[in-house]
Amino acid sequence: MSGFSLILRRELALSWAGGGGPFLALGFYVAMASLLPLALGADPARMAGIAPGFAWLVLALASLLSLERMFERDFEDGALDLIALGPAPLEMTALAKGLAQWIAIAAPLALLAPVIVAALGAPTRLTPIVVTCGLIGGLSFCFLGGVGAALSLGSRRGGVLIALIVLPLFTPPVIFGAGAIEAFVAGLDWRTPLLLLCAYSLGATALCPFAMAAAARNAIS
Amino acid sequence: MFQALVNPDRFMAFSRWAAPLFGVIALVLAAAGLVLDFQAPPDYQQGYTVHIMFIHVPAAFMSEFVYVCLGVASFLSLVFRHALATAAARAAAPLGAGFTLLALVTGSLWGRPTWGTWWVWDPRLTSVLVLFLFYLGYMALEAAIEDETKAARAAAILALVGLINLPIVHYSVVWWNSLHQGSSLLRAGGPAMPAVYLAPLLLMVFAYMAGFGALWLVRIRGEVWRRRAAVLAMRAAT
Amino acid sequence: MFDFDAGRYALFVWPAYAVTALVFAILILDSLLRARRWRRAVEAAKPEAPQ
Repeated sequence: MSGFSLILRRELALSWAGGGGPFLALGFYVAMASLLPLALGADPARMAGIAPGFAWLVLALASLLSLERMFERDFEDGALDLIALGPAPLEMTALAKGLAQWIAIAAPLALLAPVIVAALGAPTRLTPIVVTCGLIGGLSFCFLGGVGAALSLGSRRGGVLIALIVLPLFTPPVIFGAGAIEAFVAGLDWRTPLLLLCAYSLGATALCPFAMAAAARNAIS
Repeated sequence: MFQALVNPDRFMAFSRWAAPLFGVIALVLAAAGLVLDFQAPPDYQQGYTVHIMFIHVPAAFMSEFVYVCLGVASFLSLVFRHALATAAARAAAPLGAGFTLLALVTGSLWGRPTWGTWWVWDPRLTSVLVLFLFYLGYMALEAAIEDETKAARAAAILALVGLINLPIVHYSVVWWNSLHQGSSLLRAGGPAMPAVYLAPLLLMVFAYMAGFGALWLVRIRGEVWRRRAAVLAMRAAT
Repeated sequence: MFDFDAGRYALFVWPAYAVTALVFAILILDSLLRARRWRRAVEAAKPEAPQ
């Protein structure tokens, strides 16, 4: 598996470098969270009720931010052609790109999430479920996002197009993650939605690389 | 018959009579459906608004049916690289989006008098809304890529990803709705639909299907001609 | 024979039918006009080979 770890290390380096790594997404997360009390009126009880769901939603949105760059750099400087022709299957590189995005962007977002939730007034006992959903759901967001990024290579509209393609696909993981968090808050069964989220994320991780590779091949053909 | 689907010239010959025929069938079925529609009595729960069901349910059904057609055409387009399949996928999308829009608007108008709000997060309406976004994304992606072949392939991949996700979206929305014990658009006439409603409903569903068949064939014909015109223009230029 | 008395629901039922008719009209016109336009383009470019 040393070949894969080499590819993964390259992708991680690309994700961390340029554009400030995760700080763009993290900054967006904090900015959105600051806007909520301004939009809602600072009534703490009302905000605390919305806080977990809102934090979850904005986490999903924040993962869209660095998607454009996932394939773009390699596409533009010709590296993608070389990778496609190289010994490793393009699907493996796609898997590495998705995982790198998860490690570099989604994981920091997931770790910041409980801070956001607490800052908006929800109890800190939610931390474990929020971090767990952020990490597991983050896999879905990164891989679905990767499919969107690969599909819009060479298109004119870039970021907005990716969002339009990808956001409706986010529906199941958003629902399952929100369900797990809300169930945890209410003291109901949170394991079922969490398992559903796990199942979806594992499915996305396994299948999306094929779509990503097909889309990338199409773009460089 | 299979030849007509594979060979472009045979397809054109087939669709030349098939499209108008489907159109006529659609009109006849719609006429019959509408006649029975307005002979049906008001529902004991929903009153006169039950008449919206006869144009909402077929639209919602078609929005899903057309997406499946889009997915199958996309799959064939990707695997066999057949120009007719690509044309069929491209032609289906605006029709599907139209049905989906109708489902959303009529659903909203159906829900308003019964629920007091213009929108209800009913599992079916929510699924249809997500489906509408799938259609928009598909059409946006295809329009955004300059090279036509690449655009078609990218859109086909997206259609397949969407098709695989569609049952999962359905399941997740139904599951979420059951948690919240949300409202669900009531079935007219209670659990088992009486024949006086079922007959016009089925007629309208088949009318919509025939109408889609006619329009789809017409649009695919348009696509075939468009490609031929482009090829001829290229030859003339060289 | 036909029950067209919508009562207070008229505001919802008839617009629903109107929108349906409108969308169908648009789809039908667009499809037919589009097809006709491209058929004419082919015929104009290649008059010696009809269809």
